Amino acid sequence: MDINEIRRQFPVLDQQVYGKPLVYLDNAATTQKPLCVIERERDYYLHENCNIHRGVHYLSQMATEAYENARRTVARFVNAKEAHEIVFTRGTTESLNLLATSLGQLLVSGTSLRGGTTKQSNLTQTKVLITAMEHHSNLVPWQQMVQLYSGELLVSPMDDNGVLDLQAYEDLLKQGPQIVAMAHVSNVLATVNPVKEMIKLAHQYGAITVVDGAQSMAHLPIDVQDLDCDFFVFSGHKMYAPMGIGGLYGKTEWLEKMPPYQFGGEMVDTVSFEKTTFNKLPFKFEAGTPNVGAALGLETAIHFIDNLDRKAVAEHEDLLVKTAMEKLSAIEGMRFIGQAPERSGLVSFIIDGIHPYDLGTIIDKMGVAVRTGHHCAEPVMTRFGIPGTVRASFAVYNTLEEVDILVKAVNRAANMLR
Amino acid sequence: MTIKEIQDSIIEDFSMFDDWMDRYAMLIEMGKECPIIDDQYRDEKHLINGCQSRVWLHAELKGGKVYFTADSDAVITKGIINLLIKVFSDQTPDDILSADLSFLDEIGLKEHLSPTRSNGLVSMVKQMMLYAEAFKSIQ
Repeated sequence: MDINEIRRQFPVLDQQVYGKPLVYLDNAATTQKPLCVIERERDYYLHENCNIHRGVHYLSQMATEAYENARRTVARFVNAKEAHEIVFTRGTTESLNLLATSLGQLLVSGTSLRGGTTKQSNLTQTKVLITAMEHHSNLVPWQQMVQLYSGELLVSPMDDNGVLDLQAYEDLLKQGPQIVAMAHVSNVLATVNPVKEMIKLAHQYGAITVVDGAQSMAHLPIDVQDLDCDFFVFSGHKMYAPMGIGGLYGKTEWLEKMPPYQFGGEMVDTVSFEKTTFNKLPFKFEAGTPNVGAALGLETAIHFIDNLDRKAVAEHEDLLVKTAMEKLSAIEGMRFIGQAPERSGLVSFIIDGIHPYDLGTIIDKMGVAVRTGHHCAEPVMTRFGIPGTVRASFAVYNTLEEVDILVKAVNRAANMLR
Repeated sequence: MTIKEIQDSIIEDFSMFDDWMDRYAMLIEMGKECPIIDDQYRDEKHLINGCQSRVWLHAELKGGKVYFTADSDAVITKGIINLLIKVFSDQTPDDILSADLSFLDEIGLKEHLSPTRSNGLVSMVKQMMLYAEAFKSIQ
């Protein structure tokens, strides 16, 4: 695998900031886009732009076909059984809001997620189990949902290394949550959670499962049938695709039962002033005009990932993280936040006596782009008793030379700030 | 010194450095010299909410002039608040309220530490103005 060849496909990387070469290590926030993705979206607007699913004319039919092909590509990429199990959304956050809203309504309507119907008397006992390492997008929608229905949010704890306590997880399952939502990979700690095992356990206790794949899609192979998750959500922009596109995988049986999230546009079947019937899957969940151009970009991003040697990519990214940790650990006062044995894609750290904001500000001036702060996961910071971390997150195009620049920059900044 | 004179001297200090690293080094030094807020005021009420670091600010009126003390858990932020304190402390509420803030542009602070960088620069200035406004009304 030739990293320089790959880098050439990302023109944005080839620039200077403050007179220094850009070292982009904020890939967990968003990855850069390869030329093929940019050109695909551009081509769509140059030659194919049209509203879909409604026109009889040539362009509309072509655009519809392209959009549905993109859906099939996503379905294949995550190994969904059916293309209609993929709903296009704006990304992880919208997917999770859709789920929290729609599943919440399904629960209070008296439909049991365990089969059959719930008794009215049980309606107030909506319980959702999440983990202690969720980012806000996989926390707040569920929290708001259970608050709306006077339910309860259960939180599965983790240890000081950022590893979930599976015994505690099982004990919480015994309290009867209807829904379990879990990060596949933590955006702060890099922990890869044993989601397959967690899903199996959740199912044994009659809960349905939601996997947040925001941080895993670009790095790990995803097989929703093998995982047996009921739902899987992801963002395109964290996997080399454009912003504004992402998805929700759901098992057909659930998507069929769930009420729509938003109304209008092509999600309807028939409409009168008295009554509306809704379109079939997946259109029931795609109200309004979708982001067709970005969906086509997402399809191209998937082809881009497919064309890489994924095993070599994973090894390369692991080497970057490992090297960064080895070299950073020589810096006095260095403390890594998240030291799970199973990790992916990033390293989070703080240095004793130095605020992450100060460190990030100084190394930014040296051309190194990292994220500092709470990473939209404030409870994780509270858990570790810190104001935030500095996070360096990697993608396929990052190099060992960039790791060296990061380490030098952190060293110099630490000396300035001490 | 008047606010204008202090601002000019800060602009002069900053213009000595071409490199932003040196300017940061100066801000960090300023952070270390910040007149520290009394522990009794280090609470929610005195907190200015920046996104990434916490800043506490307190002010007192003595002999018709306003005196600020502050602290932050981030030293660069502390440098910025001390820079503002140097300008606005030991001044009358009227002088503070009528001060020209363009010196922030001239030393490049706005460009390099713009509000979008979440350091709370704008909130800090606003809070200082609010103190001045409050003291003016009770005078």
